Formats: sequence, C-alpha cells, structure tokens
Amino acid sequence: MKRETRRLLKKFFSNFSACLGFVLLVFFFIVAVGAPYIAPPKSARDPYMMPIVTWSSNPLPPSPEHPFGVAGKRDIFYGVVWGTRTAFRIGIIVTVVSTLIGLAVGSIAGYFGKLVDEILMRITDIFMAIPFLVAAIVLATILGAGLDKVIIALIVFSWMYSARLVRGNILQVKEEQFVMAARALGVSDFMIILRHVLPNSIFPVLIQASMRMGSLVITAAALSFLGIGAPQGYADWGALLNYARNWMMGSQGEALRYWYMTVFPGVAMVLFVLAWNLVGDALRDVFDPRLRM
Amino acid sequence: MLQKNLLEVRDLRVYFYSDEKRELKAVDGVSFSVGKGETLALVGESGCGKSVTSMAILRLVDSKGKITGGEVIFDGQNLLLLPESRMREIRGKDIAMIFQEPASALNPVYTIGEQILEAIMLHQKLSPSRAKEVALEMLRLVGIPEPEKRLNEYPHELSGGMKQRAMIAMALSCRPQLLIADEPTTSLDVTIQAQILELIRELQKKLGMALILITHDLGIVADMAERVVVMYAGKVVEEGNRFEIFKNPFHPYTVGLLRSIPRLDVERKKLDTIPGVVPEPSSFPVGCRFRGRCNFETGECVQEPPRTSLSNTHAVYCHHWEKVRDSNAEVLKECRAQ
Amino acid sequence: MSSAVILKVENLKKYFPIRAGVFRKVIAWVKAVDGVSFEVLGGESLGIVGESGCGKSTLGMTILRLYEPTEGKIFFNGQEISGLPFARLRPIRKDMQMIFQDPFSSLNPRMSIGAIIEEGMAVHGMYSPRERSSKVQEILERVGLSGNYARRYPHEFSGGQRQRIGIARAIALCPRLIIADEAVSSLDVSIRSQILNLMSELKEEYNLTYLFISHDLAVVKQICDRVLVMYLGKIVEIAGKKDLFSRPLHPYTVALVSAVPVPDPDYKVDRIILKGDVPSPINPPSGCRFHPRCPVVQDICREVEPSLREIQEGRWVACHFPGSLGLKRTKEVGVEC
Ligand SMILES: Nc1ncnc2c1ncn2[C@@H]1O[C@H](COP(=O)(O)OP(=O)(O)OP(=O)(O)O)[C@@H](O)[C@H]1O
Ligand SMILES: Nc1ncnc2c1ncn2[C@@H]1O[C@H](COP(=O)(O)OP(=O)(O)OP(=O)(O)O)[C@@H](O)[C@H]1O
Ligand SMILES: [Mg+2]
Ligand SMILES: [Mg+2]
Repeated sequence: MKRETRRLLKKFFSNFSACLGFVLLVFFFIVAVGAPYIAPPKSARDPYMMPIVTWSSNPLPPSPEHPFGVAGKRDIFYGVVWGTRTAFRIGIIVTVVSTLIGLAVGSIAGYFGKLVDEILMRITDIFMAIPFLVAAIVLATILGAGLDKVIIALIVFSWMYSARLVRGNILQVKEEQFVMAARALGVSDFMIILRHVLPNSIFPVLIQASMRMGSLVITAAALSFLGIGAPQGYADWGALLNYARNWMMGSQGEALRYWYMTVFPGVAMVLFVLAWNLVGDALRDVFDPRLRM
Repeated sequence: MLQKNLLEVRDLRVYFYSDEKRELKAVDGVSFSVGKGETLALVGESGCGKSVTSMAILRLVDSKGKITGGEVIFDGQNLLLLPESRMREIRGKDIAMIFQEPASALNPVYTIGEQILEAIMLHQKLSPSRAKEVALEMLRLVGIPEPEKRLNEYPHELSGGMKQRAMIAMALSCRPQLLIADEPTTSLDVTIQAQILELIRELQKKLGMALILITHDLGIVADMAERVVVMYAGKVVEEGNRFEIFKNPFHPYTVGLLRSIPRLDVERKKLDTIPGVVPEPSSFPVGCRFRGRCNFETGECVQEPPRTSLSNTHAVYCHHWEKVRDSNAEVLKECRAQ
Repeated sequence: MSSAVILKVENLKKYFPIRAGVFRKVIAWVKAVDGVSFEVLGGESLGIVGESGCGKSTLGMTILRLYEPTEGKIFFNGQEISGLPFARLRPIRKDMQMIFQDPFSSLNPRMSIGAIIEEGMAVHGMYSPRERSSKVQEILERVGLSGNYARRYPHEFSGGQRQRIGIARAIALCPRLIIADEAVSSLDVSIRSQILNLMSELKEEYNLTYLFISHDLAVVKQICDRVLVMYLGKIVEIAGKKDLFSRPLHPYTVALVSAVPVPDPDYKVDRIILKGDVPSPINPPSGCRFHPRCPVVQDICREVEPSLREIQEGRWVACHFPGSLGLKRTKEVGVEC
C-alpha cells in the first residue's frame, strides 16, 4: 500500500489548486491552534468570549492596537483569530457526526435493500424536502441559542447527503463479484459492509464531506448573523458580521467607511470555504477510479 | 495468390507514448498482404496488436499513438501519405470496418435507420428516398426480419446478434472492396456466431470483397480463412495458408497455441501449455519476443529472428524453425506408435 | 472416487420480478431458472452449457443460496439447504465454493492477496492466525504463484494470475463442491489452458466436485465428465460427455455442437444454423421452449411441453422426438495425433 499512497500523494501535490487549498487549510489550522499566542486572552475568563475593549458602541477603524478595528465594542482581530477555532469546531463536529449517521443509514439501506431501504430512503427524502436554513432556524430557536444547539440543528439537517451518496455507492459496489465471493465464503453481513463495501465506497463520501465542511461554516455563520447561533460576544465570524448589520450602509457620503467590519471576517470565511472546496476537488481527481493507473 | 494484391502492409510500426514518455512498440514491423476477394485471418492473443494494426490501416490510431513507419498500399496508393480528406473518402467507402462490441459501436440516440442512412449518404450521392431503399435492401441482405419496422428502432431494442447484423449492413452499404472485421462474433453466442459467420461468408461471395478477419479463436480461423497471419507481441511470427498453419506450423508459438486449445474433435487428457504470460508492451524482450516462454530458446534468440520463406505463402520468423519441424515430426511418430 | 450424490436439485425455480411505475408494482417475472432437477455425484465434474441468458449463472448462485430460490429444493450432502436460515447455512458454505468469471471485479481492490485468501479461513475459524499465513503461502504456491505475493494488491496482477488467486481463495476452505462460473472465459488461449490444467489437477488432489458453468463447449468437454444443456431456464439434455458430443439427441444440442468452430481445416460439418434469437425468458414460448427455432418442429411441440426423461441409462432428454436431427461431420471425436 505504501507505493500506492506515495503515488496518490504525488498526484495530489502536482496540482496547483490542491496545493493552494492545502496551504490555506494549514494556515487556518495554525491560526486555530496558535490562537492563545496570536491573540492572547486578556483575562482568565472563557477565551472564546471576545473581551470588551471600548465603551462606545461606535466601530473604530484599524489601528496599531486593534489591527482589524473594533466592532460592537470588541476587537475584530481577536474575534477573527478565535473565530477560526469556532469554525473548525462547528465544521468538524457537524461533518463527522452527520457523515457517520449518513454512513450508518446509507449502508443499512443500500446493503439490505428492499423494505429497509424503502423506509430509510423515504425518511431521508422527508428531511431533504425541508428547506435547510429554515429548518435549522426553527430548530435552533426551539432549542434555544448557543453553539451546541446550532451544531445539533446542523447535524439533524445535513446527514441525508452522505446517506444518499453512501447508499448509491453501496448499490454499485454490491454488484461487484467480490461481494458475492465474500458471501459465498460465509462472511457475515456486518463484516461484508465493513471490509468489502465501505472501503470501496468511502472516498466519495469523504470528498463530499470536505466540500460540505465549507458550506456548513457559512450556514453556521448565517445563523449567527441572524442572532440565533453563538451567544453575545462569542468569537465567531458570523457574530462579527452581525455587529456590522447596522453599519453596513456606511455613513453619509462615505459608503465604505466601515469596510473593516465586514471585510476581515468575510475574507476569513471565504478563504476557509475555498480551502475546503479546493482540497475536496483535488481529492476527487486523485481518487477518481477512472483516472487510476 | 496469382491475383494482384488489394492491400499490402509493409513494415508497419505503431508506437504509443505513455505518460512517462516511454515508447510502447505495440505494432513493430508488421507486413502482410490481402488479395482481391481473399479472406485473411489475423490471430493472436489479447494485446498482440491486432486491433491497432487494423486501425492503423485506416489511420485511426488514437492521439497517444503514432504510426512511426511502414507503408499501407491499398489499390496502388500508400494510404499513409494521403491527405486526411482523401482518407475520409476511403474509410467506409472502400474499406469498411465492423467492431467487436456491436452495442457500443452503434449510437444509442439514433435509430438504426438514421445511422445506416448516414453511412450511405456520406459516400454516395443519392436522393433520400433512394438511400432509404438501399438501406432497406441492406437490412434484408443481412437477414434482419421486418426491415421497415427495424429502420425506426433504436439500438437497445435489438438483440446482440441483430445489432451485429445492423453493423454489417452499415459497413457493406457502400460495397467496400475490403472489410475489416475485428472480433465480429466474440460477444455473441455460438449459434448466433454461426449465423453471423455464415452471413459474412455469403456476402463476401456475393459482393466479391476481401476480408481481414481479426480473431483469437483458431476454430473460426480454420473455418473462414484462406490465409492466416499469426501475431505475437506486436510482431508477425508466422504466416501461411490455413493448411500450412494448422498442419505444419513451424513457429513454437503457433505450435503451442494449437496444442493448448481444448477441442471438440480431439480427446486430450491434459492440455499442453505455454508457460508464463503474454508480456506487456513496456517489457517486450529484445530480439525474438517469444523469448522466455519458448522451449527452443538459445542464445541466438536475442537477435531479431529472420524471415524464412518456406513456400509461396508460408513464412516463419524463428531461428529454430527446423528444430520445431523435427520435433513436430517426432510428436506425430510417437502418437502413431501408440 | 466416491459416487454418493453430493448435490441434488429438485424442481428449482428462480424468478426475478420486473417492477415499474411509481409504486414499483411487479409487472412481469423473468423466469431465469424454471423447474430444474438434477443430481451431481461426489468427485465428478458436471458441465452446464447454454447460451447467454439461459439461466446458468442464476442456477449456480441459487444453489449456493446467493439468490433465494423461488421454489424447489436443494440438497447438499443429503441435507436440505433450501430452507435453512443463514446462521445454519454458514458452516455449510465452507464446503461449497465459487470461482467467478470476472478476474477483475471478483477481488476486492483494497485487500491484499493474503487477506483475500485468509478471510474465509478466519470466518470459519480454521487454523490459528499463524498457521493461516503459512497456509496462504502454501496455497499460493499450489496455484502456481509465488508465496511473496500475499502482501501485494490485486491491481498488480494480470487476468490469469487473478484467476489463480480466485481459485486459491476457493480451495483455501477445502470445499467439497466448487461452482465455477465461466472461470476461464475471459482468459487468453495460452493462459486458459494453464488454468484448466490447474483445475483438473486440484480436482484430483482435493477430491473436488465441480459444477462447471460455461458457454464454451470445447472447454466443458475438456474438463467435465457429464454435461447438462440448458435452454431458456430449462434443462434440455443431460448426458455423459462422450455421448453428448458424439451423438447429441436434443435438436438444440445438435445445433450447439455443430456450431462450434473446430481448429482443423479438414473438419467439415453440416452446420445447423438456427433461425432467430433466443426468446425472452419473460414470455417463454408455449409447449417446447425451443420450438420456434427448432428445425424438426412438429405440431405437438407447440402445445405440449416435453418432460425431461431418461431414455437410456444416464441420458436424459426433454424432447418429443429425440435424435430426429442428426449431426453430419467429417470427423468423429478422436484421440490426439
Ligand atoms: N490508446 C492506447 N494507448 C496506449 N496503449 C495502447 C492503446 N491502444 C492499444 N494500446 C496497446 O497496444 C497493444 C496492442 O493492442 P490491441 O488493441 O491492438 O490488441 P489486440 O491484439 O486487438 O487485443 P484484443 O484481443 O484484446 O483486442 C496493447 O498492449 C495495448 O496496451
Ligand atoms: N438480478 C437479476 N434481476 C433480474 N433479472 C436477472 C437477474 N439476474 C439475471 N437475470 C435474468 O435472468 C436470465 C438468466 O440470467 P443468467 O445470468 O443466469 O444467464 P446466463 O446463462 O448466466 O448467461 P451468460 O452466459 O450471459 O452469463 C437473464 O434473462 C437475465 O436477464
Ligand atoms: Mg482488439
Ligand atoms: Mg452467466
């Protein structure tokens, strides 16, 4: 397998946009890990709460003290840096959990087929029919504000995509003769799924998951922007944009006066989404079975 | 072979270039000829370059490959030197081709009729109604029942055998002088295969065309071909008329091939085998390419084996053909003794 | 050679539903295997021949219970396995193995050769893990591959080598019965003979019984003792191979045998060219299923379905007029010279 892995790595890194995506991700990762050093928290309180730096609620432009400016009494730089952690946390937890749920549902439906498949897929359809953002808003409102509630809402409404994909892949792999061969050997259904079916259908799911990571962060930010997500003062890109809501129009004759309120968190968000998509795209190319060998 | 040759392939070379810029000599110095109205079989195992050779005759080698040498003389002109526009006229009109997979050679979104009509109108200036008559006539000729109805059907509505008949109708609609059939029956059942081979034979007689039949089935060769070219790893190893090839093979590969096939007409406890596997084009041996699998191999075999002409039609490319001949005689003697 | 009945199939049927519409209602049935009965003796190899779509693979899969039979019974070693729950079927699976047609899709690309061969042994708790890996080496060498290949992956091998791996996987469990579905059809001529010889040797060595499914009559003749001919989901003829190839009785068998090209330019045969294609198993013809293509059809054939009856010791034919179509050829089955 080592040779195979080397080949795949070589293919991955011979692609410019893949490298760009990878570099961006590494950059975000370093920011997230190094947050306590890049933007040291002022007090021993929860570091995720952005400290209040001024008593005026007017935004302040970038200055040496506050390189990205101040919004809603809080330092934007601090918010962007610690917001990276929030973004990773939401993205990873939601993606991992929803992918696992999707894997389970999809494999059961795809492998056993018939009635099980019918029931599970109808349930999936129902979830897919509900508009995602609306549903998430409703659920988050019912559960109350808070990051964990947002995460739950996002999981509940995003597992279906991997379930669908897994099921489709499994239906395809199931027809391969090596699955028949395993059944003829007397291997149990569970082991067949685990050893034969999933390893051959997992990559598209991982690729889809990495692409979804980006869009999840946007949705989470949208919820925060609407005031449903993170609590007041929580370091989160969406929440930072929320502060900008009243200032977005700029002031008389100077439309772009408060640019820094939207640009810094916005750019962070766009780059984050872009990074995941580039990596997902590159992975898809690398693992496309038609391009193998 | 008194009549003038219709097609003469001389020292044809087709090389492929892989990603790492390596040269794959898929077809390397192949020569043979086909007389007017004659049936020539091109036999060999998978990957020996049969399809590439036939595509190269029509100059249809795909972009990774290149015809790097040789001549293809058809009706007195070298096809490799003709401008592409002239070549396009020859394809389908003078030289037609049918493929192994009738299913993938027909376009699923057009009806059978549309596809045959296209083939006809491309090369012949006919009014649409006249072209349709020709199409119907062709379908009838290849034995498709209810041709009027079939004309409006899509490929998926036809069985494999019917699709192959439709392909043949299309190929023959311009009355080509040469038909190249690349494994025309490999994907069909034996009874359907018998129908199609019978059909090809009949049409060949009726239209007087020459046929290059590509196959790996020696049974079909014995049944259909007048002359046989045996290929191995991109080279011709032996050629001869069918009696010479089947009764007096002088190349160790031909001998091995003939002895290793299970046959309906003879009883054998154990099959003879050719050891090893067919080499990949990237690892063809230098000199004789059958090296490493051959019982007669000596140091001499690293040299390119010369062509030895044994009769007007029979030629073999082997350093040790005399030894092979002697060993054949011995086997025969032993067998008689039993 | 033991000659007890190892496998017995009684009136086996396998229908596949064809569904359509929003509610996926069953609109028709593909009668892939439609009432098949036969016996296989321990140590023999029975060939199953017939044209594409006649139900050969479906029959093999159903016998292994990879498909659930629609009707009928399967006995293996005297025990009925057709109604057995899967948990009780598993230990029996060890004794019935399959070799698949496609050497490319029948090996999991993400498992090493060693893992592929070892899996069955592990499932059935055979040997200790240590013994298993030495067993894998031994079996790999037995099928003509190097023991070092255990750590390599399927894509590194050629079609013939992969087929050897598939055979190794099957014999690793020391089965009694092996169903080989077109096991050599995708192989090249020179590789095919190697695999056929290997299978014959293994049969002697492990006292195996083969159910050898193939559409190639010459291959079946090489490896089998008896031959079963299928047409549209039914058996039309069963006979010892000598009888079948020298004097076929069912007109369909006669046509099949006559259609096989023989690599001898002196061989001439009055080829019986059948009209038309194989009809669809969804709506099989009335009476004898072969009647629309039969060269010697009579009125009764259109109405009455002939049953499979034993007309001579060991020769079963489902035809109203067995032997009415003769086979004319210049050369009879002979010994190699
Ligand atoms: N487009 C291509 N790119 C690279 N190599 C090619 C290409 N087409 C053919 N080849 C190589 O050329 C060699 C000859 O191929 P060809 O298709 O002529 O074999 P063949 O004799 O027709 O075999 P088969 O019986 O399988 O059809 C093969 O080894 C193949 O790998
Ligand atoms: N899973 C399935 N669902 C529906 N129909 C099927 C299924 N498997 C096979 N069939 C149908 O059953 C019939 C018999 O198929 P089967 O694969 O057994 O034929 P076969 O004799 O093995 O043919 P071949 O020589 O092409 O392998 C065919 O008409 C086929 O379309
Ligand atoms: Mg070819
Ligand atoms: Mg089959």
